[in-house]
Amino acid sequence: MTRLRNALVSAIVSAIGALPFAVVVIVAATGQQPAPAPAPAIGPPTAPTAPTTPNAPRGPAPSLARPASPTKASDRAGFLQRWLILEPLKVPGQLTEGAVQALVKKEHVPESLTAVPKDGEVVHAGDETLTWRAVDTTAYNVNLFHFAYALNKPTSNVLFWAVTVVDAPREMPGVRLAIGSNAASVWWLNGQEVIGLYNDRQAVIDDGVSPRLTLKKGPNVIRAAIVNAGGATDFCARFLDGNDAPIIGLVVRLDAAAGATPRP
Amino acid sequence: MTWHPRLAAAALLLLVAPLSALDGEPGMHDPSTVIQADGRFYVYATGNGLPAFVSDDGWTWRRAGAVMQAVPGGRPGPDVLARGGNNTWAPDIMRVGDRYYLYYSAPGPQPKSAIGLLIGKTLDPASPDYKWEDAGPVVWSDGVEDSNAIDPGVFRDPGNGSLWLTYGSYFGYIRLVELDPKTGKRLHPERAPINVSINSEASIMIFRDGWYYLLVTHGSCCQGGNSSYNIRMGRSRKVTGPFLDNMDVDMLQGGGKLFAGSSGRHIGPGHFGLLALGEGVQKFSLHYESDLDRGGISVLDIRPLLWRDGWPVAGDNLTAGTYEIESARTGTALEMAVQGAPVGGARRGPGGPPPGQGPPSGAPPGTPPAPRPPIPAQEADQVSANWPGGAAGVRLAPYMLQAQQKWAITPVAGAGGYPGSPYFKITVAGTDRALAATAEAELTVLPAFTGGPEQLWRVDQLTDGTYRLMPKGVPGSKDAMALSAVGSSTPTLAAFRPAGDRERWLIKTP
Repeated sequence: MTRLRNALVSAIVSAIGALPFAVVVIVAATGQQPAPAPAPAIGPPTAPTAPTTPNAPRGPAPSLARPASPTKASDRAGFLQRWLILEPLKVPGQLTEGAVQALVKKEHVPESLTAVPKDGEVVHAGDETLTWRAVDTTAYNVNLFHFAYALNKPTSNVLFWAVTVVDAPREMPGVRLAIGSNAASVWWLNGQEVIGLYNDRQAVIDDGVSPRLTLKKGPNVIRAAIVNAGGATDFCARFLDGNDAPIIGLVVRLDAAAGATPRP
Repeated sequence: MTWHPRLAAAALLLLVAPLSALDGEPGMHDPSTVIQADGRFYVYATGNGLPAFVSDDGWTWRRAGAVMQAVPGGRPGPDVLARGGNNTWAPDIMRVGDRYYLYYSAPGPQPKSAIGLLIGKTLDPASPDYKWEDAGPVVWSDGVEDSNAIDPGVFRDPGNGSLWLTYGSYFGYIRLVELDPKTGKRLHPERAPINVSINSEASIMIFRDGWYYLLVTHGSCCQGGNSSYNIRMGRSRKVTGPFLDNMDVDMLQGGGKLFAGSSGRHIGPGHFGLLALGEGVQKFSLHYESDLDRGGISVLDIRPLLWRDGWPVAGDNLTAGTYEIESARTGTALEMAVQGAPVGGARRGPGGPPPGQGPPSGAPPGTPPAPRPPIPAQEADQVSANWPGGAAGVRLAPYMLQAQQKWAITPVAGAGGYPGSPYFKITVAGTDRALAATAEAELTVLPAFTGGPEQLWRVDQLTDGTYRLMPKGVPGSKDAMALSAVGSSTPTLAAFRPAGDRERWLIKTP
């Protein structure tokens, strides 16, 4: 039984802690992309500040910023820098293959593997209410510790869901998704599981690499589950071509899949 | 130093063809450089009429008659006989343009001797074009001068295409002359040969990174297990020398850094020949005076050629064993993708006695605790209960001495091979689970080895000491592919790229 319930049926106001770092996101039932919200709990790279109120956001998150444009091309090394991240879900933090596979199967509905949530979309997981947040990273990686810490969310014994959409200009056969993650992670491309990394580990560029795949023309949905037991947590992802060279300039368009993929 | 009755020894060698090292009929003495032509490998040796040997894969060799069978008159030409004698020893061969130049020793009563040249268009005895034309003597020694004109070694300078010949055997000097690529004969016969070494024979040159290397054989030959043959070398920035060894001793004064000596089951290596296989893969041919596994006969071998600190190093072909296979790119080790179990079980403390395991009861204060017992190596049968029964994935991971990370690499009899080695199977040690290529050019571990080409592996040691591992076949593909580290945790199969570390692997003893 899944613990996550989609909350698209109603507009939801997600007020995260105290101003000025509160994020107020209104998600329409139509799935329309919300207008950029002011002052998110993520922002330009600066050092996190200590919280002044329990459970209040600590932001802004170093290395993360709120998207300010409809699309974002990969960086010069091909890394995808725009993602939707779900606030961390508390989990046991077991990192073996068996434990992680059991966890990700428990924590999602299969149909959702190709779904693209909306920035600000709220889901309920047991007694937790979690929000999807769109972020741009200024680095090659997405620092999930920054993400969660800025929101005053747990960083240990957690599961992060991450989604992005690559808008391929043409069909691209023979490519590989290449990722690194701290710690264990499982990755899907257009609903197909393509990478699994397990056990305690650091995020290493091109650590887990998928078999040769085909990016279809148009939107391609990448979904990842990153499980962290403790300490730093982050991930990075890019595509490699047939010669294992990074594919530069792929464009992320988080709304590219709207209307193309049935929502569960 | 004196010469030896090579002919009689070589005649005996050709009768025997036991197993091990190269397969088939590798019994020979004074082999030429191994040469590739039309998808086959050829080598020529000392003996009646210059015995020829051919191999389809560089591993299994067979006799292919004798060169002189295709020479008008069936023996050295009259000028060669006049300058030397009616013996046919220690040839060397090179393709120049669309022809093959085969140089051979034609000694008389040594040190009166000559080196003759034969010219042919093809090496295939079955070809209608197969014949060798006598081109006469190239160099000779009169029996008095400081030279014994045998053991030719031909060298093409990659810098300017010039062609050179070294020759000689103990009596006097190893000498160098320049050849005319158009004729194969001396370019400047009026000039005196250049002396480049003494106390040696079986000379030949190679070139790399601005250095000319002169490799020669020292010691005594033709005495079976009592032969002290060993290959030594010096180097020079100029093709004409001086060739100095690693201690700057000139080879004209007896210098020579050891390249290959007796080892393992082989006594008396000599007669170096470079075998460049392309893509930066280099091997060398040689013979051993005595192969103990073949009753002490002299045999051809082909081994990896390595380079270290500006010097060639004689590598060894991989032998059967249990190994870690570690990516030179990532430092992570190949493993069957199953959940590993820590060696020795659950976490243990960093030191000192575990709880409740202090000094023996009643022992005086200060008595140290009993030392912990050794932890045995992890074997597959200790941890395989939870492994999948069918095929399993393959990945890379930090090497932690676990059973799924240890691979038995075992030669497969009757499956053919490649220059120097047979094909191997690679199985999880202690099991029959076999590493194999898939039709998607990825990797899997099959539940059992069944002998298919996708389960047979070519393992070439590369010039830097790392290894290239290639399946004999990838299902549905004609492309040659090598084991590749596409990511720190991810192996695959890809075309070999010599410029980087992706397809380079360390094979280590666990």
